[in-house]
Amino acid sequence: MRTDVNCFVGAYPYRRVPGTSVESVLQAMDRVSVDQAWVSHLPSVFWRSPAEGNPWLREMAERHERLRPVLAVHPGLAGWEAVIRQAHDNDAPAVRCDPTYYSLDPAGSEMRSLVEACAAADVVLMLAVRLEDARQRHPNDRAAELPAAAVRSLIRVDPAARIIITHADRGFVEEVHFGSTPEESSRLWWDICWIWGPPEDHLQTLLQTVGAERFLFGTGQPLRLPETSVAKLDLLELSTDQRSAIESGNASTIDRQSLTRPSRRHRVSP
Amino acid sequence: MLIDIHAHFLHDRSPRTDWRERNASRLQAGERVGITVHVASILGSWGATSPIYFPSPADIQYGNDFLLNLQWSHPGRIRGYAVVNPNFQRHAQAELARCLDAGMIGIKLAASRRADDPLLDPICQVARERGVPVLHHIWQHRRRDYPGQEASDGAELGALAARHPEVSFLLAHIGGGGDWVHSLAAVRHLSNVYVDLSGSGVDGGMLEACLDAVGPERLLWGCDLTIDTGWAKLRYLEHLLSPADLELTAWRNAARIFPPSAFPSL
Repeated sequence: MRTDVNCFVGAYPYRRVPGTSVESVLQAMDRVSVDQAWVSHLPSVFWRSPAEGNPWLREMAERHERLRPVLAVHPGLAGWEAVIRQAHDNDAPAVRCDPTYYSLDPAGSEMRSLVEACAAADVVLMLAVRLEDARQRHPNDRAAELPAAAVRSLIRVDPAARIIITHADRGFVEEVHFGSTPEESSRLWWDICWIWGPPEDHLQTLLQTVGAERFLFGTGQPLRLPETSVAKLDLLELSTDQRSAIESGNASTIDRQSLTRPSRRHRVSP
Repeated sequence: MLIDIHAHFLHDRSPRTDWRERNASRLQAGERVGITVHVASILGSWGATSPIYFPSPADIQYGNDFLLNLQWSHPGRIRGYAVVNPNFQRHAQAELARCLDAGMIGIKLAASRRADDPLLDPICQVARERGVPVLHHIWQHRRRDYPGQEASDGAELGALAARHPEVSFLLAHIGGGGDWVHSLAAVRHLSNVYVDLSGSGVDGGMLEACLDAVGPERLLWGCDLTIDTGWAKLRYLEHLLSPADLELTAWRNAARIFPPSAFPSL
């Protein structure tokens, strides 16, 4: 079982990206033996009202059982709490918020309210540090990267808050993990897509220092080649249990659906 | 056969106390991926006693010596680029003669001097005479000057390549950060410029754009600082290319542009 918690569908505004359709994403999942993907709607990251992409996302997920919708929520817009209810009622694996793209203070009052609401509803919040390498971004793509300080601040807002951080590198993970209490860190998960493998061995180091239980298989596809995250794992000396935890087990522990309902997941033949 | 045309090794005078572990990790990961030959360079002292991209003659010499020793201790598995700083022209000429005579197979130019600067011409002259390629560090679309390096972009490398049509130039790490679309547009018409696929960037669409710009005949596979991303690109190329074209990118193009004796395992 392999679950990609960091997947997108839909067009990207700043450069040509092939393979953004649902069908293409499914093909890419087959190519790298991903059984299930937690999918965000890429265009709406840049919309004034990102939640307007959620109905399409939910309909798409209804048609494709391997795809689980990560609903977008903008806590600066009136009525945003409805997204949290929808996520809860529909067993969405997470909601996502991209505060710097929405011009919100990433640790400000709106974000703190969002964390509280997610915690109250037992909904996981997903935040991305970045979508592209800062060195290559389009000249008009100026949203700041998510600061590590904001993550440290948000995880302290509510003891029931649970947050997934995607696209973080080793330095970011270490700054937040060792800048948080063990209890706070136990409510944070990291996808592996931006963490370097050998010869720098950042992922291997983090698995030893932070612990395999904190990491999730994520790819960032189709903005990034999904083969990368598989290659990272293939280059590690992992026990079967460790690899299984990273590839799907850890995600299962935070996925309300897998905790409350029988699995409906599709299994991809190797 | 798989040739990584963009590798690096560290040494005991670099700032990294874990230099042995990193070197060992590169070789170990290379075995798992199936890398037959690592074509590598060492940029002086890696910043310890002179800047990485402006290495002093003494640091250059130490780094090149260390790499020659690695080459001799791993015959057939590690081959070297001679690193020079064009600002020290007399030293550069002597170092090129020394290192190429000792068995290095290419020249590495990083960011000590802009690629289109006339100071690079005598170095390219040596490359032509000795029949070795030049791997040039590139910032994909340099919109300004960056601290610590006099970086060049694809257009500036293109100007140099146009002045030296008999020399093969390797545009370094297309996935190494920056606007690779700009680089590809700048060199697509220059048949003596090859695109090095290395770098941590694994952007969806990048490999398709590389193929569209220069075709499989001018792509060279490499890793640079991240072997995981190199392996990912190789795996994706298996879906994009025929087996014959994949071989071009994986090693045949390299075998063609490096000296005939460069890869004894061939």
